[in-house]
This record gives sequence, C-alpha cells and structure tokens, in this order.
Amino acid sequence: MSKSPEILVKGHAHLGGKKLFEHLELRVKAGEWTALLGPSGSGKSTLLRLIAGLATAVEFDGQIQTDDAQSLMGRIGYMAQQDLLLEWAKISDNIILGSRLRGAANPSEKCDKIIRAVGLSDKADKLPSELSGGQRQRVALARTLLEDKPVILLDEPFSALDARTRADMQDLAASQLAGRTVLLVTHDPGEAVRLCQNIYLLQNEKLVKAQPLEPPFPKKLDDSKALALQAKLLIQIRAGA
Amino acid sequence: MNSAIRSGIAAMLGLIILWQIIVSLTGVPRFILPSPYLVGVSFIENRGLIFEHMLVTLTEVIFGLIIGIALGMITALQFEISPTAKFFLKPVLIFSQAIPVFALAPVLTLWLGYGMISKVTMAVLIIYFPVTSAFHDGLTRTPQGLLDLSKVMQAKPLRLLFLIKLPAAVPNLLSGIRLAAVYAPIGAVIGEWVGSSQGLGYLMLLANGRVKTDLMFAALFTLGFMSMSLYGLITIWIKLAFKRFDTP
Repeated sequence: MSKSPEILVKGHAHLGGKKLFEHLELRVKAGEWTALLGPSGSGKSTLLRLIAGLATAVEFDGQIQTDDAQSLMGRIGYMAQQDLLLEWAKISDNIILGSRLRGAANPSEKCDKIIRAVGLSDKADKLPSELSGGQRQRVALARTLLEDKPVILLDEPFSALDARTRADMQDLAASQLAGRTVLLVTHDPGEAVRLCQNIYLLQNEKLVKAQPLEPPFPKKLDDSKALALQAKLLIQIRAGA
Repeated sequence: MNSAIRSGIAAMLGLIILWQIIVSLTGVPRFILPSPYLVGVSFIENRGLIFEHMLVTLTEVIFGLIIGIALGMITALQFEISPTAKFFLKPVLIFSQAIPVFALAPVLTLWLGYGMISKVTMAVLIIYFPVTSAFHDGLTRTPQGLLDLSKVMQAKPLRLLFLIKLPAAVPNLLSGIRLAAVYAPIGAVIGEWVGSSQGLGYLMLLANGRVKTDLMFAALFTLGFMSMSLYGLITIWIKLAFKRFDTP
C-alpha cells in the first residue's frame, strides 16, 4: 500500500436548481477515520460518490484535492451498504474480484491470509447465498482489504446488519483498516463516535465539524464519553431537522 | 408430482371429455371433427409414420434452437461491445420483426429449397429476436452497485462484460431461451406448410387434403406434445444447470 493521502473537498452542489450544499470544506485526514454524519437526503452519499469519481445526479462546482497532488483514481477501496457480492461466484472469487476485473495476477496467497483475518477460512468455496448477512459483509470487507488501497470509502456499510453483528464488524473494520485514510458515511451517531477521530455533520446544506474524542479507537461500547457525544450529536441532528 | 403437471393433465382430460360429449351430442361428421377416440385409434395405427415425421420436425427445431440462440447471444454481446453495431443493427432488427415470418416462408423455400435448411432458417428467424432482445435487456440492466464497484476497481471493459454483465444477464437469457423453445416449432411447421415432403406440418397438410381429419389431429397433438416436452426439458435443464443464478 502506498502512503495514505489527505483529501480536501471544497465547493457547492446543486440538484435540479436546488442547493444540496454550499461553501463546503471537508478535510479527510491522512491515515485517520473521518465520519460524514447526516440524515437521509442530506447529500452525504453524494459527497462520497463525488470523491470516488462515480456518477451523481448533482452539479458539483468545486475541487477534490489530495495533499500529494496525485489523482485518487486507482487509490480507492469502496464498500457500500449492500455487500455487492456476485451471487454466481464462489466467496474466494468474490474476494479477488478486483484483480480479475483488471486482468492482474491472481493474489491467492494474500487472499488466503485475508480470508483468515476476517474469519471465513471455511467458507472460501461457498456461494454468497449460503452465508448470513454479517458473513456476506465480511466478504465485502475482505474484498476491500485485498485491494489494499490507501483511501477507503465506506457508504453505510454496516447499516443493514443487526446490532451485535454491526458492533463486531465495526471492530473488525477498525483493526483491519487502521492507518488508511477512511471516510465513513453514516446516519448513526453511535457508529461515527465509536470509530472516527474526525466527525462532520452534514445538515441543512451546511457541514459542521464536531468536537471528536481522543484516541484510541474504536471506543468501547460502554465508553461514557462516547455515549455522551453520541447523545449530543443526536440532539444536534434532531434540532436541525 | 409437480402441481403444474397435475393441473395440466386435469385440464387436458377435461377438454377430451368435453370434446367427446360435443361430438356425441351434435353428431358432427367425422371428417369435420373426429371424436377423441377415433383420433386415438388413428394415432396407434399410424404411430410409425407419425414418429418418423416427428423426428424430422424435432431435428429442425433443435438445429433452429441451437443456431438461433447462438446468433441471438452473439448479436446481444455485439450490441454491448460496440455502440456503432447497436446504432446500425438495432433498427434493422426491429424492422425485421415488422415483417411476419409467414410472409417470408415462400421466399425462403424458393432460395433454400424444400429441404431441412429452409425450415431450420424459419425457426432461427422466429427465435432470433426474442433471444437477442431478452439477453441484451439483461446486459444493459446490470445492478448499478456492481457497476460502481467495477468502476472504482478500474475494471477493463471486456472483463466487466464477461465477469459481471454477462452472468448478471443469465436469468434474462434463460427467459429468452424458454420463449425460443415455444416459438421454434412454430417456425419449423410454417416452413413445412409452405413446401416440404417431410415433418409433422407436411403430414398435417397431407392428411387434411385426403380428408383424414383424425390423422391430422393425431399429428397436431403429437406436435403439441413434442413442443411441451421440449419446453419442459429445457425448463428442467435451466433449473438444474443454473441453480446459482436467479433463474426464471
């Protein structure tokens, strides 16, 4: 993996004549987790898609820069809310999808190591339909890890999981993605507080930076400071609605 | 037993009984509408003849299916690979559907002769469009999430097509193939009607001309049975061979 860059997004976005956000300045710090928190429809996923270079319905007027002045193309790993597994392909083939799509060499040794790290060694030859929701999302994480990119964009990847599996996945992701520049889009203040050193709240066309907690991360589930910040953020979100 | 098969058999038996009652009550002459019993007798008496002609039609249908499905798949893939090919060929393909295949049959017989080739061509023509259309529809409807993921992963276009778009379109292709299994016998029989000396279509025309209406019905039911069996076998094959896909 190359060095993780810092990403700076500045600008305005409109959706069919309506403002989505303006005078936005989002700084995704190098090698740290940054949360982009906000209610549904606030434009947080759009912002992530803009960084990923994916198509959006908005007109964006601004810049997306990195501190090393290099393009983000080919330096991004992406996880969405759906696991996006190929139903017809074995788990191991799903995990090495990136290199297959690029026609690169088969990274089988690295793949075995990652499958073990996410606890799916016995599932490599199964089909996705034979796995539970949590296991499927682990495969998606393994697929992202194998890509070994310095920037990771997470678009509510744990929101469809049950509470226990979600907490497990948060811990796993935090340990496996440490040291990378991670942007986590979420509507869950608890998740943002547990995992992220930097928290932004996108609401009513504005981006506000919240006062984050001190490391280490992830926070324990019963961390009193984390619970207090979670409550404070939720109150802030409700007040802005 | 599968409930669809059971209801099919029950409906068939009901129709045969109704048919027998109508024939008995109205006393309609046997050259207009023979009773199911007479049709059954004719079938048994002429089983060798019917079987021989069925084999001819079945061969035409199978060749038609194989060639038609292959051409349809190649065309759909070509549309997806080359926008230019799609731009020029899609209107031609749609226009070709505006001409009824019935109208083409005499010309095909004139060009390709009375043999098997003109019948196979008819079957190919009739199934080419549904297969192309269903498969191409599937190729253009890959879930957006998968396309996003491939873009972030910097997929090469042809690898994206063969690793994601094509497998994601398999359920659509299979729907097209099942439709083709129903249409192909129609093409073959139309071809036989226009000009042939073999096949169930030919046998039906021959029996009709000689007022052997019972034989005509026997041939007609054999054709129906053959088409249904083909459809059933293809459906079973799809269910077994494509389990991991979301099959129709």
